[in-house]
Amino acid sequence: MVARAEGGAALSARAAARPRTPAGLLFAGPALAALALFFVLPVAAALLLSVTDFDLYALADPASLRVVGLANYARLLADPTFWTALANTLTFAAVGGTLSVLVSLGGALLLQAPLARARSFFRTIYFLPVVTTLVAVAIVWRFLYHPRIGLLNRALEALGLPAQDWLGDPALAMPAIIGLAVWKNFGFNLVIFAAALQAIPERLYEAARLDGATGLQQLRHVTLPMLRPTTSFVVLMTAIGSLQLFAEPYVMTQGGPGDATRSLVLLMYEQGFRWWNLGFAAAVAFVLFALVALATLLARRFFGVTLVGAERKA
Amino acid sequence: MRRRALAALTLLALVGLAAATLAPLLWMVSVSLMPAGEATAVPPRLLPSQPTLEHYAALFTRLPLARAFVNSLFLASAATALGLVTNSLAGYAFAKLRFRGRDALSRALLAALVIPGQVAMLPLFLMVKELGLVNTYAGVLVPSLASIFGIFLVRQYVVGIPDALLDAARLDGAGELRVFTRVVLPLCRPVLVTLATFTFLGAWNDFLWPLVVLGDERLQPLPVALASLLGEHAQDVELLMAGSLLTVLPVVLLFVALQRHYLAGILTGGLRG
Repeated sequence: MVARAEGGAALSARAAARPRTPAGLLFAGPALAALALFFVLPVAAALLLSVTDFDLYALADPASLRVVGLANYARLLADPTFWTALANTLTFAAVGGTLSVLVSLGGALLLQAPLARARSFFRTIYFLPVVTTLVAVAIVWRFLYHPRIGLLNRALEALGLPAQDWLGDPALAMPAIIGLAVWKNFGFNLVIFAAALQAIPERLYEAARLDGATGLQQLRHVTLPMLRPTTSFVVLMTAIGSLQLFAEPYVMTQGGPGDATRSLVLLMYEQGFRWWNLGFAAAVAFVLFALVALATLLARRFFGVTLVGAERKA
Repeated sequence: MRRRALAALTLLALVGLAAATLAPLLWMVSVSLMPAGEATAVPPRLLPSQPTLEHYAALFTRLPLARAFVNSLFLASAATALGLVTNSLAGYAFAKLRFRGRDALSRALLAALVIPGQVAMLPLFLMVKELGLVNTYAGVLVPSLASIFGIFLVRQYVVGIPDALLDAARLDGAGELRVFTRVVLPLCRPVLVTLATFTFLGAWNDFLWPLVVLGDERLQPLPVALASLLGEHAQDVELLMAGSLLTVLPVVLLFVALQRHYLAGILTGGLRG
């Protein structure tokens, strides 16, 4: 017994005295080098790119490249398409994000309801859309929204309601894309909410019931307050994800009708990789970056949430 | 009595939500089995009159989807293999090895976690072009070489391994690499499966970057090939549904098989509030 304790002490003394070996840097090296070279460097370069007139000519002959200062940003602010794309992206994040979080929360409450059965079976089903390929399901939804053959219009007609040209009507195209996004993503947040619900101590509900709280009052005074950290985290994650809207409009509407569903990333893609206005596109990318940074800062300031909240508490 | 009614209502709601979730996927399966033109007939059918595999045959013979399937399989597997090696090494280093600047690096990586990948994309494309990697698999795989999420997923797990275990191996004369491969990796199996599942699904479903890097049709993975199929066959609903199912089915099956590990990544990974 004594010998073992001494062995343990020797071990920890050895650990404390352990010199910084080169092993740490060697082990972390490949990943750090890859991240520095293919992530950090390009992000910094994007900032530089956004103050140049990098275009098709510069792509062929880098010598023709000129530094133009903030001209790309000035052009951006004067471009109505940019403002539309920004408004579309924010609408998608605000409306789509809120709807998606509400559906996830509702689904999680249902799944964790005391009387619910076959929980893991239903959870698997709700999660399936999350792992599907966005391009593939966007094509499926394109046809679900089809004015003539789409399931949605046939359901409306069966109910005696008028059919709609979902993706062809500027007022309906964004709501239609939100529909797809909510369906595709709600399972992700549902799983997080469900786990958080399971972690709420049962004695809190017992105490509330002793005080005569009804089911709704328990939801309002126990469940929702206990879920608050999770909700803040989920809202932040959803907002960051939503700001990066791209494949849904790319596949379903190509940004149309008109500019009704053109998002920031779609604008960046078109400007950068279709028209090769890389300087201008980099300015768009930085607006996206600024929005994500702003969302992160606001979340930290007002809800005390970070993407790694657990990390800080530990 | 009231309890019974409530239980029935709960079940009804659960089934209703499940039906809404599955409806688009089931419709995709059904239409993919219809003879050409049946989905667009008036009135449209819900189920095929005579199930046929002709569209799958067309995808594999007349159209280049078999090739795209192999491309997807290769790209997702390579991304997974690369990511497993670099991220597990780095995750272990950040958890258990001391090196200069470790904590500062760790904070910087966490801060960089929120930067959207699209911000890096334009210069990254220019770099890939400069390296001559446009229209190569290597060009597509460059961003998969390491991931901050992967590093912290592994780190979080390795932190829980007792130091004494590692020190005992070192006392026995094991070098650092041996400690890693013989002691750490076997203990990390669950988190490695989680990381592999995440990386594979992410790479399989990735669209924007392969779209940018791979103009050559023969190299394109399924999502890119499917998007061009949509461009050329916008009216052939049955064919497009077969292509969509071909794209979605492997990842759905993989998820169902490994969902315990996948969900563990969401719930216990580095990204948790």
